[in-house]
Amino acid sequence: MSLRAAAGRTEPGAGAVLLSSSDVVRVIDRMSHQIIENLEKTGSAGLANAVLMGIPSRGVPLAKRLATRIEAFCGTAIPVGSLDITLYRDDLRQRGIRPLGETVEPAGGIDGKTVILVDDVLFSGRSTRAALDALSELGRPSAVQLAVMVDRGHRQLPIRADYVGKNVPTARSESVRVNLAETDGEDGVVLVEGTQS
Amino acid sequence: MKNLLSAADLTRDEALEILDTAARMHNIQTREVKKLPPLRGRTIVNLFFEDSTRTRSSFEIAGKWLSADVINVSAKGSSVSKGESLRDTVLTVAAMGVDALVVRHHASGAVQRIAQWVDCGVVNAGDGTHEHPTQALLDAYTLRGRLGSLDGRHVVIVGDITHSRVARSNVLLLTTLGARVTLVAPPTLMPSGVGTWPCETSWDLDETLSGKSFGDVDAVMMLRVQRERMGGGQSGEARGAGQSNFVPTEREYAVLYGLSPRRLALLGEDVPVLHPGPMNRGLEISSAAADSIEHSVVLDQVQAGVAVRMAVLYRLLAGASEEVAV
Repeated sequence: MSLRAAAGRTEPGAGAVLLSSSDVVRVIDRMSHQIIENLEKTGSAGLANAVLMGIPSRGVPLAKRLATRIEAFCGTAIPVGSLDITLYRDDLRQRGIRPLGETVEPAGGIDGKTVILVDDVLFSGRSTRAALDALSELGRPSAVQLAVMVDRGHRQLPIRADYVGKNVPTARSESVRVNLAETDGEDGVVLVEGTQS
Repeated sequence: MKNLLSAADLTRDEALEILDTAARMHNIQTREVKKLPPLRGRTIVNLFFEDSTRTRSSFEIAGKWLSADVINVSAKGSSVSKGESLRDTVLTVAAMGVDALVVRHHASGAVQRIAQWVDCGVVNAGDGTHEHPTQALLDAYTLRGRLGSLDGRHVVIVGDITHSRVARSNVLLLTTLGARVTLVAPPTLMPSGVGTWPCETSWDLDETLSGKSFGDVDAVMMLRVQRERMGGGQSGEARGAGQSNFVPTEREYAVLYGLSPRRLALLGEDVPVLHPGPMNRGLEISSAAADSIEHSVVLDQVQAGVAVRMAVLYRLLAGASEEVAV
């Protein structure tokens, strides 16, 4: 199977809708407010010292949206980067290679910054572990936080999110798809049967 | 994909995937920590039966940056010089549990033969006058960096085509990627079966560069004149060994087929000039061309070499072994 074919997910099936497109917008707004509140507790430098790092593919547009909303709410522009974790995954050998995403260091780097990792779905926690490894080779942040659109449980590692768009109890046999206008044409979160990558 | 033996083995999609992966890996060269983890615990042996500086060191760097263990074995100072056969040498090295062999050999087809003997992955790092697929990939990568897509682009390859594994691999790969290739060489240095290659041929460099016969030129690749295989130069030894004269004199070759400052001026402003190295300055390429800031991409090619070889090793070795692949 070609890598390109493997990278494309199956078409969104008729799954249960967890979040509609207007819900997604609202959830992103709420997460933006939570990030502002949480970081301002640590003084005004807290927000100015933060960077958002999206994990490809859907974490990247999500991080950009959070940055846009945070700037709209409090006027602080937060640098956005992306962090590809493919080479750091622990299942590369079992599941085979896949195309690499892009790693872009945010303006000003990450040394001494509060890095907020942004991903679409938090599941086993293995992606987050890989992201922490990848991050440590780019620099030394003063703190790392995690923001996810959906936390679906079933953690296999001691990892938790700091900002969660929606908690969704799921069965292992199910999958959660986060669709974003930038990558999928339309916003929405659906629960579908069958496991996907 | 277990082996990379020929540029012809790559489909358009596979080649583009390697180039895309290389582009992602390229930025590691500017990082403080030049280390990525995917080949941790894998062992790569560079088995070189022919001299090499850039290919061997760039394969070694590529493997090390991906966290593989890389061992260099060269024919000099190995049991090859004690009379061991190629097969025995290769099987001995492979028996040590290596995951991939990167092989250069002076005989065309030797690397293909080796791939039949061993179970581990084999990468062709140049076999005789036959193929050098990773060189073609790094040339394609460099061209893509300068020209964007290769679709419909016209690449002119000039020089000693007969003895050039670089030319053969480039013709195969560049046409796979949608480019048009014109080979330019004196009749004596044009290989006999070239009519079956998917490219045009010409004996006249000025006419080709003018664009009158074959269309506007988007890139020029100068090949090294393989002095060691030519009787006409100072290499009396080769003549003694019964080699025929391919060109009357080096001077004549330089005048007719060298990229002189005059020919350089004929090229469009943004036309890149490639050379696989090592360069014979003053013979196939003038210093004006080799050092031209607008045209020369020779050092870009070297940088691309590491990124492309990382991508190839990643593709061959990082994933699951064939039988458990999903």
